[in-house]
Amino acid sequence: MPTTAADGRTFFDEVIAATPGDPHLDRCLQCGTCGGSCPSGPDMDHTPRALIGMIRAGMRDQALRSNTPWFCVSCYYCMVRCPQDIHVTDIMYTLKRMSVKSKLYDDSTAPDFSKTFINWVENYGRAFELGLMSQHLLRHNPFGVFKIANMGVGMVTKGRISFTPKRIKGIDGLQAILAKAKELEAQYEV
Amino acid sequence: MKYSYFPGCSLERGAAAYPYHQSAHVIAQKLDLEFVEVEDWNCCGATEYIALNRMAAYALIARNLAQATKNDGLKEMVAPCSACYLNLSKADKYLAEDAALAANVNTALAEGGLSYKPGSIKVRHLLDVIVNDVGYDRVTFHVTKPLKGLRVAPYYGCLVGRPAFYGQVDDPEYPVTLDKLLKTLGAEVVDYPMKAHCCGGHMTQISEGVAFELIRRLVKGAADYQADLIVTVCPMCQLNLDAFQGGMNRYFKTNYRVPVLYFTQMMGLAFGYDAVDLGIGAELVDARAALARIGVEVPQVEPPAPPRQTRRSKEALPMPAMPHEVSK
Ligand code: SF4
Ligand code: SF4
Repeated sequence: MPTTAADGRTFFDEVIAATPGDPHLDRCLQCGTCGGSCPSGPDMDHTPRALIGMIRAGMRDQALRSNTPWFCVSCYYCMVRCPQDIHVTDIMYTLKRMSVKSKLYDDSTAPDFSKTFINWVENYGRAFELGLMSQHLLRHNPFGVFKIANMGVGMVTKGRISFTPKRIKGIDGLQAILAKAKELEAQYEV
Repeated sequence: MKYSYFPGCSLERGAAAYPYHQSAHVIAQKLDLEFVEVEDWNCCGATEYIALNRMAAYALIARNLAQATKNDGLKEMVAPCSACYLNLSKADKYLAEDAALAANVNTALAEGGLSYKPGSIKVRHLLDVIVNDVGYDRVTFHVTKPLKGLRVAPYYGCLVGRPAFYGQVDDPEYPVTLDKLLKTLGAEVVDYPMKAHCCGGHMTQISEGVAFELIRRLVKGAADYQADLIVTVCPMCQLNLDAFQGGMNRYFKTNYRVPVLYFTQMMGLAFGYDAVDLGIGAELVDARAALARIGVEVPQVEPPAPPRQTRRSKEALPMPAMPHEVSK
């Protein structure tokens, strides 16, 4: 059953409105080249081709529950090989954003990693590898902290991990920019 | 030749890819390339910001492009990191194509006293600048210690060739520029069918099984062709293949040991620089045995003095201590 967005727009229109540039989504031939090129295909609930078909069929809930976008590694093979120049990778990011907002995807590992990452960026203006990895692992895979300890010690010994995050000078300006941008994005959301 | 320079978070001092930054600057000097760092640049957002908010992600990237327009009037900006290169070039392209996006992003930038006209800055990957602006001939001219007898697997990863928002600088399926560059340095370049496959990006943090399988294929691919080492053009690729190679081996009960160095480090060696000046020795998979084959000695890297544990400031997020920090 097709499910439409709360404001009555079709799911298809909603995806287009939330994607930068023109993703050419209406041109899909369902040829499967994207899925056949995808290194993450075996781990995905739906192939990229199937997911595009689902968007066009208005299957909002199913598409936003799919793990497919979260297993996309952003390799862009699908995008360069698609005979119709469909921006498949950009669509994956759009679906990630929509699934976080709609709270339909139930494995929080990948969305939380993104949130932890941007938390550092919003507070410091720069990413911070040690804080990011350790915070994320503690929340989602406490055992993983011990498993990567070897690697961590190696990185420390080789001087490749910094212990202190750096803050950019213009952090106030950056925060004002990001706050405004979020306000502007909200007009496109359901 | 003078360019704006965007190091990105992983090339900062003390970060995982600082050796890339070090070696890039050493060879740049030799090749008369002047890199002027963009003032107070910020993180490009990697693959994370865009997963949560479109407008904020584009505004974050556009702040860097706007900062770059204030950099000595330089029109071209070099990014050594493939992910930064992708994000910066992609934002510039979509801002030019999508008027509503550009208007919104500029409204946001105005809050920080900035603005950006799409197309004002052209973003280039460091590999592109070396092979196309400097050129193979000028590189050859500076080779004093050819890497003769060293078998290398040229690893491009995804984003230097795909999807090429400004138009193709190399083949998206079977790139060749790095192959040619390494041959110019005198190395023996092995056939490496995996050369443009994905390293997994952030997958090590999301799903171990998925990440390690991608890493395994790449390392095995190089080992199958008896490469002495893998040469990369991206800090994320280097981190995944080098720092997670041990974890991958434990996961699959394999015993691969293929060192992973940056192309700028290989250039530096061929130009006659010492390994330490190029940040060699900081890899987790030891490159010494491989480099000994061409008579390069790599001194043991001194561990930096661990910082004293100070009281964490209130705004700092809670962090676990690394094992060696937990002394008395
Ligand atoms: S490759 Fe392009 S046209 Fe073919 S199924 Fe995928 S998106 Fe559709
Ligand atoms: S960009 Fe994502 S969806 Fe496309 S082929 Fe790569 S992993 Fe698959």
